[in-house]
Amino acid sequence: MTRKHFALMAAILLAPTLATAEDAVSPGVFTANNVWMMLAAALVFIMHLGFASLEAGMTRAKNTVNILFKNVFIICAGILTYYLCGFNLMYPGDFNGFFGFAGFGLDPGATGMSPAYADGGYTYWTDFLFQAMFAATAATIVSGAVAERIKLPSFMVFSTVFVALVYTVAGSWKWGGGFLDAMGFYDFAGSTLVHSVGGWGALIGAMILGPRLGKYAKDGRITPIPGSNMPAATIGVFLLWLGWFGFNGGSVLSADPELTSLTLVTTCLAAAAGGIGAMIAFTFVSSKPDLSMALNGILAGLVGITAGADVMTPLSAIIIGLIAGGLVVGSVLLFDRIKIDDPVGAISVHLTCGIWGTLAVGIFSTNPEHSFITQLIGVACYGVFTVLCASALFLGIKATMGLRVSEEEELEGLDYGEHGMHAYDVAPSSGSASPAPAKGAEGSYARQAALATD
Amino acid sequence: MKKIEAIIKPFKLDDAKEALGAVGIEGLTMSEVRGFGRQKGHSELYRGAEYVVDFLPKVRLEIVVADEQAEKVTKALEEVCSTGRIGDGKIFVSPVEQAVRIRTGERDEGAISQH
Repeated sequence: MTRKHFALMAAILLAPTLATAEDAVSPGVFTANNVWMMLAAALVFIMHLGFASLEAGMTRAKNTVNILFKNVFIICAGILTYYLCGFNLMYPGDFNGFFGFAGFGLDPGATGMSPAYADGGYTYWTDFLFQAMFAATAATIVSGAVAERIKLPSFMVFSTVFVALVYTVAGSWKWGGGFLDAMGFYDFAGSTLVHSVGGWGALIGAMILGPRLGKYAKDGRITPIPGSNMPAATIGVFLLWLGWFGFNGGSVLSADPELTSLTLVTTCLAAAAGGIGAMIAFTFVSSKPDLSMALNGILAGLVGITAGADVMTPLSAIIIGLIAGGLVVGSVLLFDRIKIDDPVGAISVHLTCGIWGTLAVGIFSTNPEHSFITQLIGVACYGVFTVLCASALFLGIKATMGLRVSEEEELEGLDYGEHGMHAYDVAPSSGSASPAPAKGAEGSYARQAALATD
Repeated sequence: MKKIEAIIKPFKLDDAKEALGAVGIEGLTMSEVRGFGRQKGHSELYRGAEYVVDFLPKVRLEIVVADEQAEKVTKALEEVCSTGRIGDGKIFVSPVEQAVRIRTGERDEGAISQH
Protein backbone atom coordinates (compact mmCIF):
# COMPACT_ATOMS: atom_id res chain seq x y z
CA MET A 1 0.00 0.00 0.00
CA THR A 2 1.30 3.42 -0.89
CA ARG A 3 1.44 6.49 1.29
CA LYS A 4 -1.59 7.79 -0.55
CA HIS A 5 -3.58 4.70 0.37
CA PHE A 6 -2.64 5.01 4.02
CA ALA A 7 -3.69 8.66 4.02
CA LEU A 8 -7.03 7.83 2.44
CA MET A 9 -7.67 4.98 4.88
CA ALA A 10 -6.78 7.19 7.82
CA ALA A 11 -9.16 9.86 6.58
CA ILE A 12 -11.98 7.37 6.25
CA LEU A 13 -11.34 5.81 9.65
CA LEU A 14 -11.00 9.15 11.39
CA ALA A 15 -13.92 10.70 9.55
CA PRO A 16 -16.57 9.58 12.07
CA THR A 17 -14.67 11.23 14.91
CA LEU A 18 -14.64 14.46 12.93
CA ALA A 19 -18.44 14.48 12.53
CA THR A 20 -20.19 17.64 13.51
CA ALA A 21 -22.56 17.93 16.45
CA GLU A 22 -25.50 17.54 14.06
CA ASP A 23 -26.58 13.99 13.19
CA ALA A 24 -25.07 14.20 9.70
CA VAL A 25 -23.30 11.06 8.56
CA SER A 26 -19.73 11.83 7.64
CA PRO A 27 -18.61 11.53 4.01
CA GLY A 28 -16.42 8.54 4.88
CA VAL A 29 -19.23 6.57 6.47
CA PHE A 30 -21.59 7.59 3.65
CA THR A 31 -19.11 6.22 1.14
CA ALA A 32 -18.60 3.02 3.11
CA ASN A 33 -22.35 2.51 3.40
CA ASN A 34 -22.91 3.16 -0.28
CA VAL A 35 -20.10 0.84 -1.33
CA TRP A 36 -21.59 -1.98 0.72
CA MET A 37 -25.05 -1.32 -0.77
CA MET A 38 -23.69 -1.38 -4.30
CA LEU A 39 -21.88 -4.62 -3.56
CA ALA A 40 -25.12 -5.96 -2.12
CA ALA A 41 -26.91 -5.03 -5.36
CA ALA A 42 -24.31 -7.02 -7.28
CA LEU A 43 -24.76 -9.99 -4.92
CA VAL A 44 -28.53 -9.95 -5.42
CA PHE A 45 -27.84 -9.89 -9.15
CA ILE A 46 -25.87 -13.10 -8.69
CA MET A 47 -29.11 -14.71 -7.50
CA HIS A 48 -30.39 -14.52 -11.05
CA LEU A 49 -27.37 -16.56 -12.10
CA GLY A 50 -28.27 -18.96 -9.33
CA PHE A 51 -31.90 -19.27 -10.37
CA ALA A 52 -30.96 -19.81 -14.01
CA SER A 53 -28.54 -22.57 -13.12
CA LEU A 54 -30.85 -24.23 -10.61
CA GLU A 55 -33.87 -24.22 -12.90
CA ALA A 56 -31.85 -25.50 -15.86
CA GLY A 57 -30.52 -28.31 -13.71
CA MET A 58 -33.90 -29.37 -12.35
CA THR A 59 -35.66 -29.54 -15.73
CA ARG A 60 -35.14 -31.67 -18.80
CA ALA A 61 -32.48 -31.01 -21.41
CA LYS A 62 -35.05 -30.58 -24.16
CA ASN A 63 -36.31 -27.45 -22.40
CA THR A 64 -33.04 -25.93 -21.26
CA VAL A 65 -32.84 -23.10 -23.79
CA ASN A 66 -36.41 -22.15 -22.94
CA ILE A 67 -35.90 -21.93 -19.21
CA LEU A 68 -32.66 -20.02 -19.59
CA PHE A 69 -34.29 -17.61 -22.00
CA LYS A 70 -37.06 -16.92 -19.52
CA ASN A 71 -34.49 -16.16 -16.84
CA VAL A 72 -32.56 -13.89 -19.19
CA PHE A 73 -35.74 -12.08 -20.16
CA ILE A 74 -36.88 -11.54 -16.59
CA ILE A 75 -33.76 -9.73 -15.42
CA CYS A 76 -33.76 -7.51 -18.49
CA ALA A 77 -37.46 -6.66 -18.45
CA GLY A 78 -37.52 -6.39 -14.67
CA ILE A 79 -34.80 -3.78 -14.40
CA LEU A 80 -36.23 -1.76 -17.26
CA THR A 81 -39.81 -1.72 -15.94
CA TYR A 82 -38.49 -0.86 -12.51
CA TYR A 83 -36.80 2.14 -14.11
CA LEU A 84 -39.92 3.04 -16.06
CA CYS A 85 -42.48 2.85 -13.27
CA GLY A 86 -41.70 0.14 -10.74
CA PHE A 87 -39.47 2.10 -8.39
CA ASN A 88 -41.96 4.93 -8.10
CA LEU A 89 -44.90 2.58 -7.59
CA MET A 90 -43.09 0.83 -4.78
CA TYR A 91 -41.79 4.00 -3.14
CA PRO A 92 -44.37 6.67 -3.98
CA GLY A 93 -43.34 8.93 -1.14
CA ASP A 94 -46.35 10.40 0.60
CA PHE A 95 -49.41 8.36 -0.36
CA ASN A 96 -52.71 6.98 0.92
CA GLY A 97 -51.03 3.77 2.05
CA PHE A 98 -52.59 1.54 -0.59
CA PHE A 99 -51.62 2.91 -3.97
CA GLY A 100 -49.37 5.73 -5.04
CA PHE A 101 -47.20 6.64 -8.00
CA ALA A 102 -44.33 9.09 -7.98
CA GLY A 103 -44.10 9.40 -11.75
CA PHE A 104 -42.40 7.68 -14.65
CA GLY A 105 -38.65 7.38 -14.84
CA LEU A 106 -36.13 8.28 -12.16
CA ASP A 107 -35.50 11.60 -10.42
CA PRO A 108 -32.94 11.82 -7.63
CA GLY A 109 -34.15 15.24 -6.60
CA ALA A 110 -32.06 17.68 -4.68
CA THR A 111 -30.93 15.31 -1.96
CA GLY A 112 -30.56 12.05 -3.90
CA MET A 113 -26.77 12.08 -3.84
CA SER A 114 -26.29 13.32 -0.31
CA PRO A 115 -26.28 11.69 3.13
CA ALA A 116 -29.60 13.41 3.69
CA TYR A 117 -31.31 11.03 1.22
CA ALA A 118 -31.39 7.82 3.24
CA ASP A 119 -29.76 8.60 6.57
CA GLY A 120 -26.43 8.37 4.83
CA GLY A 121 -27.03 4.76 3.84
CA TYR A 122 -26.81 5.08 0.06
CA THR A 123 -27.54 7.32 -2.87
CA TYR A 124 -30.75 7.43 -4.89
CA TRP A 125 -29.11 5.54 -7.72
CA THR A 126 -27.94 2.78 -5.40
CA ASP A 127 -31.41 2.64 -3.90
CA PHE A 128 -32.96 2.16 -7.32
CA LEU A 129 -30.52 -0.52 -8.43
CA PHE A 130 -30.59 -2.52 -5.23
CA GLN A 131 -34.40 -2.58 -5.28
CA ALA A 132 -34.50 -3.32 -9.02
CA MET A 133 -32.50 -6.50 -8.45
CA PHE A 134 -35.03 -7.60 -5.82
CA ALA A 135 -37.99 -6.95 -8.11
CA ALA A 136 -36.89 -9.31 -10.84
CA THR A 137 -36.38 -12.19 -8.40
CA ALA A 138 -40.12 -12.26 -7.69
CA ALA A 139 -40.88 -13.19 -11.32
CA THR A 140 -38.06 -15.66 -11.57
CA ILE A 141 -39.64 -17.64 -8.75
CA VAL A 142 -42.68 -18.15 -10.97
CA SER A 143 -40.63 -19.33 -13.95
CA GLY A 144 -39.53 -22.48 -12.13
CA ALA A 145 -43.06 -23.59 -11.29
CA VAL A 146 -44.46 -23.08 -14.79
CA ALA A 147 -41.45 -24.56 -16.54
CA GLU A 148 -41.55 -27.07 -19.41
CA ARG A 149 -45.11 -26.28 -20.55
CA ILE A 150 -45.83 -22.54 -20.58
CA LYS A 151 -45.80 -20.61 -23.84
CA LEU A 152 -42.89 -18.21 -23.94
CA PRO A 153 -44.75 -15.04 -25.03
CA SER A 154 -47.43 -15.72 -22.43
CA PHE A 155 -44.82 -15.98 -19.72
CA MET A 156 -43.12 -12.82 -20.90
CA VAL A 157 -46.39 -10.90 -20.69
CA PHE A 158 -47.20 -12.31 -17.27
CA SER A 159 -43.81 -11.66 -15.72
CA THR A 160 -43.52 -8.14 -17.10
CA VAL A 161 -46.88 -7.09 -15.67
CA PHE A 162 -46.29 -9.04 -12.46
CA VAL A 163 -42.98 -7.32 -11.68
CA ALA A 164 -44.05 -3.91 -12.92
CA LEU A 165 -47.42 -3.64 -11.22
CA VAL A 166 -48.26 -6.45 -8.79
CA TYR A 167 -44.96 -6.80 -6.92
CA THR A 168 -44.52 -3.04 -6.74
CA VAL A 169 -47.95 -1.99 -5.49
CA ALA A 170 -47.90 -4.79 -2.93
CA GLY A 171 -44.39 -3.83 -1.90
CA SER A 172 -45.42 -0.25 -1.27
CA TRP A 173 -47.69 -1.43 1.55
CA LYS A 174 -44.65 -2.23 3.68
CA TRP A 175 -41.34 -0.99 2.30
CA GLY A 176 -42.93 2.02 0.65
CA GLY A 177 -44.36 3.11 3.98
CA GLY A 178 -47.92 1.96 3.32
CA PHE A 179 -50.70 0.69 5.56
CA LEU A 180 -48.99 -2.53 6.62
CA ASP A 181 -45.90 -0.63 7.64
CA ALA A 182 -48.07 1.67 9.74
CA MET A 183 -49.64 -1.40 11.33
CA GLY A 184 -46.30 -2.69 12.52
CA PHE A 185 -45.98 -5.55 10.04
CA TYR A 186 -42.31 -6.53 9.60
CA ASP A 187 -40.54 -8.02 6.60
CA PHE A 188 -36.84 -7.32 6.82
CA ALA A 189 -35.69 -8.51 3.40
CA GLY A 190 -38.75 -9.92 1.71
CA SER A 191 -39.97 -13.33 2.92
CA THR A 192 -43.41 -11.93 2.16
CA LEU A 193 -42.84 -9.13 -0.30
CA VAL A 194 -40.58 -11.09 -2.60
CA HIS A 195 -40.77 -14.78 -1.80
CA SER A 196 -44.41 -15.29 -0.93
CA VAL A 197 -45.52 -12.91 -3.70
CA GLY A 198 -43.49 -14.94 -6.14
CA GLY A 199 -44.71 -18.11 -4.47
CA TRP A 200 -48.41 -17.22 -4.81
CA GLY A 201 -47.80 -16.39 -8.47
CA ALA A 202 -46.05 -19.73 -8.88
CA LEU A 203 -48.90 -21.62 -7.21
CA ILE A 204 -51.61 -19.96 -9.29
CA GLY A 205 -49.59 -20.44 -12.44
CA ALA A 206 -48.96 -24.12 -11.79
CA MET A 207 -52.63 -24.68 -10.96
CA ILE A 208 -54.06 -22.89 -13.99
CA LEU A 209 -51.44 -24.34 -16.32
CA GLY A 210 -51.88 -27.89 -15.17
CA PRO A 211 -49.23 -30.54 -14.65
CA ARG A 212 -46.69 -31.67 -17.22
CA LEU A 213 -47.81 -34.48 -19.50
CA GLY A 214 -47.33 -37.86 -17.94
CA LYS A 215 -46.52 -36.58 -14.45
CA TYR A 216 -49.63 -37.88 -12.72
CA ALA A 217 -51.24 -41.15 -13.75
CA LYS A 218 -54.99 -41.57 -13.45
CA ASP A 219 -54.57 -44.05 -10.63
CA GLY A 220 -52.74 -41.46 -8.57
CA ARG A 221 -49.21 -42.68 -9.18
CA ILE A 222 -46.58 -39.99 -9.59
CA THR A 223 -44.07 -40.41 -12.40
CA PRO A 224 -40.91 -38.52 -11.51
CA ILE A 225 -39.43 -36.28 -14.15
CA PRO A 226 -35.79 -36.07 -13.04
CA GLY A 227 -33.73 -32.99 -13.68
CA SER A 228 -31.08 -33.10 -16.35
CA ASN A 229 -28.11 -31.59 -14.57
CA MET A 230 -27.51 -31.98 -10.85
CA PRO A 231 -24.19 -30.08 -10.92
CA ALA A 232 -25.98 -27.06 -12.42
CA ALA A 233 -28.69 -27.30 -9.78
CA THR A 234 -26.15 -27.50 -6.98
CA ILE A 235 -24.04 -24.66 -8.30
CA GLY A 236 -27.25 -22.67 -8.64
CA VAL A 237 -28.16 -23.12 -5.00
CA PHE A 238 -24.67 -22.18 -3.82
CA LEU A 239 -24.83 -19.06 -5.97
CA LEU A 240 -28.20 -18.22 -4.46
CA TRP A 241 -26.73 -18.64 -0.97
CA LEU A 242 -23.91 -16.30 -1.99
CA GLY A 243 -26.42 -13.83 -3.37
CA TRP A 244 -28.30 -13.91 -0.08
CA PHE A 245 -25.29 -12.27 1.58
CA GLY A 246 -26.41 -9.21 -0.34
CA PHE A 247 -30.14 -9.91 -0.25
CA ASN A 248 -30.19 -9.89 3.54
CA GLY A 249 -26.95 -8.07 4.25
CA GLY A 250 -27.99 -5.19 2.03
CA SER A 251 -31.46 -4.98 3.52
CA VAL A 252 -29.85 -3.40 6.56
CA LEU A 253 -29.73 -0.42 4.18
CA SER A 254 -26.32 0.62 5.41
CA ALA A 255 -23.00 -0.95 6.31
CA ASP A 256 -23.80 -0.78 10.02
CA PRO A 257 -21.25 -3.21 11.46
CA GLU A 258 -23.46 -4.72 14.13
CA LEU A 259 -26.57 -5.26 12.03
CA THR A 260 -24.83 -6.41 8.85
CA SER A 261 -22.64 -8.89 10.64
CA LEU A 262 -25.50 -10.27 12.71
CA THR A 263 -27.67 -10.54 9.60
CA LEU A 264 -25.05 -12.50 7.68
CA VAL A 265 -24.64 -14.87 10.63
CA THR A 266 -28.37 -15.54 11.02
CA THR A 267 -28.69 -15.95 7.26
CA CYS A 268 -25.93 -18.54 7.00
CA LEU A 269 -27.02 -20.43 10.10
CA ALA A 270 -30.56 -20.65 8.75
CA ALA A 271 -29.32 -21.86 5.37
CA ALA A 272 -27.21 -24.57 6.97
CA ALA A 273 -30.01 -25.59 9.32
CA GLY A 274 -32.43 -25.67 6.40
CA GLY A 275 -30.21 -28.12 4.55
CA ILE A 276 -29.83 -30.38 7.57
CA GLY A 277 -33.51 -30.05 8.42
CA ALA A 278 -34.50 -31.21 4.96
CA MET A 279 -32.03 -34.09 5.09
CA ILE A 280 -33.45 -35.23 8.43
CA ALA A 281 -37.05 -34.81 7.26
CA PHE A 282 -36.39 -36.83 4.14
CA THR A 283 -35.21 -39.81 6.17
CA PHE A 284 -38.90 -40.34 6.93
CA VAL A 285 -39.44 -40.78 3.19
CA SER A 286 -36.44 -42.88 2.24
CA SER A 287 -33.14 -44.06 3.60
CA LYS A 288 -31.45 -42.78 0.45
CA PRO A 289 -30.77 -39.02 0.69
CA ASP A 290 -32.13 -36.94 -2.17
CA LEU A 291 -29.77 -34.19 -3.33
CA SER A 292 -32.52 -31.99 -4.78
CA MET A 293 -34.36 -32.05 -1.45
CA ALA A 294 -31.24 -31.00 0.41
CA LEU A 295 -30.82 -28.14 -2.04
CA ASN A 296 -34.42 -27.10 -1.54
CA GLY A 297 -33.78 -27.28 2.20
CA ILE A 298 -30.95 -24.77 2.04
CA LEU A 299 -33.15 -22.37 0.11
CA ALA A 300 -36.01 -22.98 2.51
CA GLY A 301 -33.82 -21.93 5.41
CA LEU A 302 -32.72 -18.83 3.55
CA VAL A 303 -36.28 -17.82 2.70
CA GLY A 304 -37.37 -18.57 6.24
CA ILE A 305 -34.86 -16.23 7.86
CA THR A 306 -35.35 -13.45 5.33
CA ALA A 307 -38.29 -11.82 7.12
CA GLY A 308 -36.35 -11.25 10.31
CA ALA A 309 -32.64 -11.84 9.80
CA ASP A 310 -31.78 -8.72 11.74
CA VAL A 311 -34.07 -9.41 14.71
CA MET A 312 -33.18 -13.01 15.45
CA THR A 313 -30.68 -14.60 17.76
CA PRO A 314 -28.38 -17.15 16.14
CA LEU A 315 -30.20 -19.96 17.94
CA SER A 316 -33.59 -18.76 16.68
CA ALA A 317 -32.15 -18.63 13.17
CA ILE A 318 -31.12 -22.27 13.46
CA ILE A 319 -34.55 -23.30 14.72
CA ILE A 320 -36.28 -21.34 11.95
CA GLY A 321 -33.99 -22.99 9.40
CA LEU A 322 -34.53 -26.51 10.73
CA ILE A 323 -38.29 -26.08 10.66
CA ALA A 324 -38.15 -24.57 7.17
CA GLY A 325 -36.15 -27.57 5.98
CA GLY A 326 -38.77 -29.91 7.34
CA LEU A 327 -41.61 -27.85 5.92
CA VAL A 328 -40.19 -27.77 2.41
CA VAL A 329 -39.92 -31.56 2.24
CA GLY A 330 -43.50 -31.99 3.43
CA SER A 331 -44.68 -29.30 1.09
CA VAL A 332 -43.05 -30.82 -2.00
CA LEU A 333 -44.64 -34.18 -1.22
CA LEU A 334 -48.01 -32.57 -0.49
CA PHE A 335 -48.21 -30.60 -3.73
CA ASP A 336 -47.36 -33.73 -5.69
CA ARG A 337 -50.08 -35.56 -3.76
CA ILE A 338 -52.69 -32.95 -4.78
CA LYS A 339 -51.37 -32.96 -8.35
CA ILE A 340 -49.90 -29.47 -8.51
CA ASP A 341 -46.79 -29.98 -10.61
CA ASP A 342 -43.83 -27.84 -9.55
CA PRO A 343 -40.67 -28.90 -11.42
CA VAL A 344 -38.22 -27.13 -9.12
CA GLY A 345 -40.09 -26.93 -5.81
CA ALA A 346 -40.51 -23.15 -6.09
CA ILE A 347 -43.92 -23.10 -4.41
CA SER A 348 -42.64 -25.09 -1.46
CA VAL A 349 -39.47 -23.07 -1.02
CA HIS A 350 -40.84 -19.58 -1.55
CA LEU A 351 -44.51 -19.68 -0.61
CA THR A 352 -44.59 -22.24 2.18
CA CYS A 353 -41.36 -21.08 3.76
CA GLY A 354 -42.00 -17.42 2.94
CA ILE A 355 -45.16 -17.62 5.04
CA TRP A 356 -43.29 -19.53 7.73
CA GLY A 357 -40.50 -16.94 7.80
CA THR A 358 -42.99 -14.12 8.11
CA LEU A 359 -44.87 -15.74 10.96
CA ALA A 360 -41.61 -16.71 12.63
CA VAL A 361 -40.93 -13.01 13.16
CA GLY A 362 -44.02 -12.93 15.34
CA ILE A 363 -42.69 -15.85 17.35
CA PHE A 364 -38.93 -15.39 17.64
CA SER A 365 -38.20 -11.71 17.04
CA THR A 366 -36.03 -9.97 19.59
CA ASN A 367 -38.15 -6.88 19.01
CA PRO A 368 -41.12 -7.03 21.40
CA GLU A 369 -43.21 -4.83 19.11
CA HIS A 370 -43.48 -7.58 16.52
CA SER A 371 -46.66 -9.60 16.86
CA PHE A 372 -47.79 -12.87 15.38
CA ILE A 373 -51.24 -11.49 14.59
CA THR A 374 -49.85 -8.53 12.66
CA GLN A 375 -47.60 -10.87 10.71
CA LEU A 376 -50.58 -13.08 9.95
CA ILE A 377 -52.58 -10.10 8.71
CA GLY A 378 -49.72 -9.20 6.43
CA VAL A 379 -49.49 -12.73 5.07
CA ALA A 380 -53.21 -12.70 4.38
CA CYS A 381 -53.22 -9.30 2.67
CA TYR A 382 -50.40 -10.27 0.34
CA GLY A 383 -51.99 -13.64 -0.25
CA VAL A 384 -55.38 -12.30 -1.26
CA PHE A 385 -53.97 -9.52 -3.42
CA THR A 386 -51.40 -11.65 -5.21
CA VAL A 387 -53.77 -14.57 -5.79
CA LEU A 388 -56.36 -12.22 -7.28
CA CYS A 389 -53.85 -10.45 -9.53
CA ALA A 390 -52.05 -13.60 -10.63
CA SER A 391 -55.33 -15.36 -11.35
CA ALA A 392 -56.59 -12.44 -13.39
CA LEU A 393 -53.34 -12.30 -15.31
CA PHE A 394 -53.02 -16.01 -16.02
CA LEU A 395 -56.69 -16.46 -16.89
CA GLY A 396 -56.68 -13.35 -19.07
CA ILE A 397 -53.59 -14.56 -20.91
CA LYS A 398 -55.10 -18.02 -21.25
CA ALA A 399 -58.26 -16.58 -22.82
CA THR A 400 -56.44 -14.34 -25.26
CA MET A 401 -52.97 -15.62 -26.18
CA GLY A 402 -53.23 -19.10 -24.79
CA LEU A 403 -51.11 -20.22 -21.87
CA ARG A 404 -49.82 -23.70 -22.57
CA VAL A 405 -47.88 -25.17 -25.48
CA SER A 406 -49.43 -27.91 -27.61
CA GLU A 407 -49.07 -31.52 -26.56
CA GLU A 408 -46.76 -32.26 -29.47
CA GLU A 409 -44.51 -29.36 -28.62
CA GLU A 410 -44.37 -30.34 -24.97
CA LEU A 411 -43.32 -33.87 -25.92
CA GLU A 412 -40.80 -32.72 -28.51
CA GLY A 413 -39.36 -30.11 -26.20
CA LEU A 414 -39.83 -26.35 -25.91
CA ASP A 415 -36.29 -25.70 -27.09
CA TYR A 416 -37.27 -26.84 -30.54
CA GLY A 417 -40.88 -25.60 -30.37
CA GLU A 418 -40.33 -22.11 -28.99
CA HIS A 419 -36.77 -21.41 -30.06
CA GLY A 420 -35.84 -23.65 -32.96
CA MET A 421 -32.60 -24.56 -31.23
CA HIS A 422 -31.26 -26.97 -28.63
CA ALA A 423 -29.04 -26.48 -25.65
CA TYR A 424 -26.62 -29.39 -25.91
CA ASP A 425 -24.95 -30.28 -29.17
CA VAL A 426 -24.57 -34.01 -28.60
CA ALA A 427 -25.13 -35.32 -32.09
CA PRO A 428 -21.99 -36.36 -33.95
CA SER A 429 -21.39 -33.93 -36.78
CA SER A 430 -18.90 -33.10 -39.46
CA GLY A 431 -17.73 -30.17 -37.32
CA SER A 432 -20.28 -27.63 -38.47
CA ALA A 433 -24.00 -27.50 -39.08
CA SER A 434 -25.27 -27.64 -42.63
CA PRO A 435 -26.72 -24.32 -43.78
CA ALA A 436 -30.36 -24.26 -44.77
CA PRO A 437 -31.09 -24.14 -48.50
CA ALA A 438 -31.06 -20.68 -50.11
CA LYS A 439 -34.14 -18.49 -49.76
CA GLY A 440 -36.81 -19.35 -52.30
CA ALA A 441 -36.04 -23.02 -52.20
CA GLU A 442 -38.19 -24.55 -49.47
CA GLY A 443 -35.90 -24.85 -46.45
CA SER A 444 -36.25 -27.96 -44.31
CA TYR A 445 -37.24 -25.84 -41.29
CA ALA A 446 -40.13 -24.32 -43.24
CA ARG A 447 -40.98 -27.72 -44.60
CA GLN A 448 -41.11 -29.25 -41.14
CA ALA A 449 -43.21 -26.38 -39.84
CA ALA A 450 -45.65 -26.82 -42.71
CA LEU A 451 -45.87 -30.54 -42.06
CA ALA A 452 -46.46 -29.94 -38.38
CA THR A 453 -49.68 -28.10 -39.06
CA ASP A 454 -51.12 -30.91 -41.19
CA MET B 1 -15.03 -63.52 -41.36
CA LYS B 2 -17.12 -63.23 -38.24
CA LYS B 3 -18.52 -60.23 -36.39
CA ILE B 4 -18.47 -60.52 -32.63
CA GLU B 5 -20.87 -58.17 -30.92
CA ALA B 6 -20.60 -58.07 -27.14
CA ILE B 7 -22.89 -56.13 -24.83
CA ILE B 8 -21.13 -55.74 -21.51
CA LYS B 9 -21.21 -53.74 -18.31
CA PRO B 10 -19.57 -50.33 -18.84
CA PHE B 11 -16.91 -50.78 -16.17
CA LYS B 12 -15.68 -53.94 -17.94
CA LEU B 13 -14.57 -51.99 -21.01
CA ASP B 14 -10.92 -51.64 -20.05
CA ASP B 15 -10.65 -55.30 -19.00
CA ALA B 16 -12.21 -56.34 -22.30
CA LYS B 17 -9.82 -54.21 -24.30
CA GLU B 18 -6.83 -55.73 -22.49
CA ALA B 19 -8.14 -59.27 -22.91
CA LEU B 20 -8.62 -58.70 -26.61
CA GLY B 21 -5.12 -57.36 -26.92
CA ALA B 22 -3.84 -60.52 -25.22
CA VAL B 23 -5.38 -62.71 -27.92
CA GLY B 24 -4.04 -60.58 -30.72
CA ILE B 25 -6.96 -58.25 -31.45
CA GLU B 26 -5.85 -54.65 -31.76
CA GLY B 27 -8.90 -53.01 -33.32
CA LEU B 28 -12.46 -52.67 -32.08
CA THR B 29 -15.40 -50.29 -31.98
CA MET B 30 -17.40 -49.42 -28.89
CA SER B 31 -20.69 -47.61 -28.46
CA GLU B 32 -22.66 -46.55 -25.41
CA VAL B 33 -26.05 -48.19 -25.40
CA ARG B 34 -28.85 -48.98 -22.99
CA GLY B 35 -30.63 -52.24 -22.54
CA PHE B 36 -32.12 -54.91 -20.34
CA GLY B 37 -32.57 -58.67 -20.35
CA ARG B 38 -34.78 -61.08 -18.45
CA GLN B 39 -34.21 -59.46 -15.10
CA LYS B 40 -35.27 -56.00 -16.27
CA GLY B 41 -33.74 -52.88 -14.73
CA HIS B 42 -34.02 -51.41 -11.26
CA SER B 43 -36.10 -48.83 -9.44
CA GLU B 44 -34.93 -45.36 -8.42
CA LEU B 45 -36.31 -42.57 -6.27
CA TYR B 46 -36.67 -38.88 -7.16
CA ARG B 47 -38.16 -36.40 -4.72
CA GLY B 48 -40.12 -39.10 -2.98
CA ALA B 49 -41.61 -40.81 -6.03
CA GLU B 50 -40.39 -44.21 -7.19
CA TYR B 51 -39.89 -45.07 -10.81
CA VAL B 52 -38.49 -47.98 -12.82
CA VAL B 53 -35.37 -47.56 -14.91
CA ASP B 54 -35.57 -50.38 -17.43
CA PHE B 55 -32.84 -49.34 -19.83
CA LEU B 56 -29.54 -49.54 -18.01
CA PRO B 57 -26.31 -48.19 -19.50
CA LYS B 58 -24.22 -50.82 -21.27
CA VAL B 59 -21.28 -50.81 -23.67
CA ARG B 60 -21.41 -52.57 -27.02
CA LEU B 61 -18.18 -53.87 -28.53
CA GLU B 62 -17.97 -54.77 -32.19
CA ILE B 63 -15.01 -56.75 -33.52
CA VAL B 64 -14.60 -58.37 -36.94
CA VAL B 65 -12.14 -61.26 -37.06
CA ALA B 66 -11.09 -64.14 -39.26
CA ASP B 67 -13.25 -67.28 -38.82
CA GLU B 68 -10.59 -69.21 -36.92
CA GLN B 69 -10.18 -66.45 -34.30
CA ALA B 70 -13.87 -66.12 -33.42
CA GLU B 71 -13.86 -68.87 -30.79
CA LYS B 72 -10.87 -67.63 -28.76
CA VAL B 73 -12.10 -64.01 -28.87
CA THR B 74 -15.54 -65.05 -27.65
CA LYS B 75 -14.04 -67.11 -24.83
CA ALA B 76 -11.71 -64.28 -23.78
CA LEU B 77 -14.58 -61.80 -23.58
CA GLU B 78 -16.82 -64.26 -21.75
CA GLU B 79 -14.18 -64.86 -19.08
CA VAL B 80 -13.17 -61.28 -18.44
CA CYS B 81 -16.61 -59.65 -18.59
CA SER B 82 -18.37 -62.00 -16.22
CA THR B 83 -19.16 -60.92 -12.66
CA GLY B 84 -21.67 -63.65 -11.93
CA ARG B 85 -24.40 -61.07 -11.22
CA ILE B 86 -27.40 -60.12 -13.35
CA GLY B 87 -26.76 -57.72 -16.21
CA ASP B 88 -23.42 -59.21 -17.33
CA GLY B 89 -24.58 -59.06 -20.94
CA LYS B 90 -24.44 -61.16 -24.09
CA ILE B 91 -22.16 -62.00 -27.01
CA PHE B 92 -23.47 -62.53 -30.54
CA VAL B 93 -21.45 -63.96 -33.43
CA SER B 94 -22.60 -63.41 -37.00
CA PRO B 95 -21.09 -63.89 -40.46
CA VAL B 96 -19.59 -60.94 -42.34
CA GLU B 97 -19.85 -60.77 -46.13
CA GLN B 98 -17.18 -58.23 -46.93
CA ALA B 99 -14.68 -55.94 -45.25
CA VAL B 100 -12.81 -52.92 -46.63
CA ARG B 101 -9.83 -51.02 -45.22
CA ILE B 102 -10.67 -47.50 -46.34
CA ARG B 103 -7.14 -46.10 -46.36
CA THR B 104 -5.57 -48.75 -48.56
CA GLY B 105 -8.52 -50.36 -50.30
CA GLU B 106 -7.60 -53.86 -48.98
CA ARG B 107 -10.49 -56.29 -49.01
CA ASP B 108 -11.69 -59.03 -46.67
CA GLU B 109 -8.82 -60.85 -44.89
CA GLY B 110 -6.43 -58.05 -45.79
CA ALA B 111 -8.82 -55.47 -44.38
CA ILE B 112 -9.06 -57.06 -40.94
CA SER B 113 -5.54 -58.42 -40.55
CA GLN B 114 -3.82 -57.17 -37.42
CA HIS B 115 -0.29 -56.99 -38.81
